[in-house]
Amino acid sequence: MTPAPFTDTAPPRATAFGDGIVERARHLPFPFSSDSYRYSANVEPAPGRVDTDAGHWGENIIDIDGDYRSDLAERAEILARDPSRCQALSHMRTAVWDVIETLLPIMATDYPEVMAFQRDGLHCSWRNDLLGLQLDFVIGDDSSLGMDPLVFIGGQVQDDIALLDARDGALWLDAGLVTFAADWCLGFDVGMRFTEIHGPVPRVHEERIVSRAEQFLLRLQPGDKFRRTNWTMTVDRRLDTSTDSYPEWGADRRLVLLDPTLPDRLHLRVEVQHLIRLPRTGAVLFLVRSYLVSLTELATVPAWRQRLGQVLAELPPDMAEYKGIDRYRAAASAWLLGT
Amino acid sequence: MSSALLDLVVRDVTVAAPDIRSLAFEAADGGLLPAYVAGSHIVVHRGGRTNSYSLTGSGSNPSDYTISVLRQPDGAGGSLALHALTVGDTVRVSAPRSAFAPVTTARRHLLIAAGIGITPMISHLKAGGEWQRPTTLLYRYRPGAAAHLDEARALAGAALVESTSRERFAVVLAEHLSSQPLGTHLYVCGPAGFSASVLQAAADAGWPASRLHSEAFAAADLGPGEPFRVHLARSDVNVDVPAGVSLLEALEGADHGVPNMCRSGICGECIVPVLRGRPEHRDLYLSDDEKADNASMMCCVSRGHDNELELDL
Repeated sequence: MTPAPFTDTAPPRATAFGDGIVERARHLPFPFSSDSYRYSANVEPAPGRVDTDAGHWGENIIDIDGDYRSDLAERAEILARDPSRCQALSHMRTAVWDVIETLLPIMATDYPEVMAFQRDGLHCSWRNDLLGLQLDFVIGDDSSLGMDPLVFIGGQVQDDIALLDARDGALWLDAGLVTFAADWCLGFDVGMRFTEIHGPVPRVHEERIVSRAEQFLLRLQPGDKFRRTNWTMTVDRRLDTSTDSYPEWGADRRLVLLDPTLPDRLHLRVEVQHLIRLPRTGAVLFLVRSYLVSLTELATVPAWRQRLGQVLAELPPDMAEYKGIDRYRAAASAWLLGT
Repeated sequence: MSSALLDLVVRDVTVAAPDIRSLAFEAADGGLLPAYVAGSHIVVHRGGRTNSYSLTGSGSNPSDYTISVLRQPDGAGGSLALHALTVGDTVRVSAPRSAFAPVTTARRHLLIAAGIGITPMISHLKAGGEWQRPTTLLYRYRPGAAAHLDEARALAGAALVESTSRERFAVVLAEHLSSQPLGTHLYVCGPAGFSASVLQAAADAGWPASRLHSEAFAAADLGPGEPFRVHLARSDVNVDVPAGVSLLEALEGADHGVPNMCRSGICGECIVPVLRGRPEHRDLYLSDDEKADNASMMCCVSRGHDNELELDL
């Protein structure tokens, strides 16, 4: 059955299945296939359904769930407070429109009950019932949207958006709208080369993962769509753990250790990252959709409880430090494994 | 990647110039085709041959793919097969492939074409018009033999500089190579000798190589490869791998599937041990040393030579 994806969910609740698995876990892209985790170029064609111990995920490129309206409201608040979360170098204007031309038809096809897209030449019509939106606009005419085109498309999807321009045999992060970054920020990275952005990541350079990934992305042909997962951990249900807002959340990574409700506050954060070579400009669209599930919620799936416990126990120190989970990962692992 | 082929119908055939025909292909149901980057080409499969041709549209929301084909009686035969097409015939083509894209950061685009090399420039002009890109086109052609001349004049206006002789073109080229604003990118398409001489003249005039672009068909495409056969040592069976089919697909078809993920030669999942023979390595995963060892291969993209490969499967 398909759970009602368009209602705003209250705090997690057990479902009527009687297996005790919480709703948030049903469609979580659980990222671990073994009891140890290392970086790899773990890309696969998208979309494609994956069945998990709790349910399934991956049927659609753009995943719309019960958090849709609240995530978008949070994004709008963050943008109002800090406009630097949305940046586009001037030569990326065409690519931003390419994102709009590409994503809206995909969403209308995947969610026909609540979304519709029509196009006649450059004239487009977009309906999004989830937001009560009906808009007629002209491709390439920013004023017809009534707002910045990147802010517009960022207001339709829960994903963070990054745009990479391909030139001089390399990829450059030249535009993005990123409000839910995990431990990085767009303002620092914008304009950088792909290899520079990944400079601080441990291990991946010795293993040539970054250079291989860049070559792979440069070889993608317009219209190609791939995805990968990544993960970290976050204290509380906080989507915005960017370095911009570090003063708001940094200390919690230490203080949570003293909190008896640690299993409710510590969340596994899974990112589904889509990589799409845009058809009109050849720019690479990098979508990052972040899912948060608390240890308490995750533990309703016994196989995941064991596996995450083992992964956290085994993770090498340099990787734990880079992910920012080194202070509490032992406590998290001990709780999950019941040791 | 994007290896899917499209079956299209010839909607229109026009004589663009003596020996040059423009062919418009559309979907059988008349629906929209995948959009494409300006300067893209398609690979046309016809009469057992494959040939690449530049698309001449802007790439925006296309309902047809239009190419222009120069009749080459001395060629391999692809152009003759296409010249024989009439309205209503079907053709099989690749999805558009981008290997001659406008550079987004260019301050100015200097397009230089000779003869049939005008075709990708028409695409650049149309897309450049939609996005207000500052563009100049130098077009060298033989009087009476120029394809798309009226279109180029209408699209480029005063930004078109025509040359009908080598001598005139040499003067025009020298003028333009020495007068472009910093940040101009140069794009050249035409006969090999023409492109080489333009690139050489630009280099001599001090243009950095990163600002020079020449049309290189299928540069980003691994291609279908040659047919070959593998022997699976453990199960003692032979598996034939036709051109256009990957070893991974052939193994899956023979009920010998292997774990895989990206199917593009990057993730490393589908590695298979090689007992004998020399794989044609086409992946990004193995290091150069590992490739030289020939002890393993990525079966999603890499292939074998002839019938010499034996795998530990």
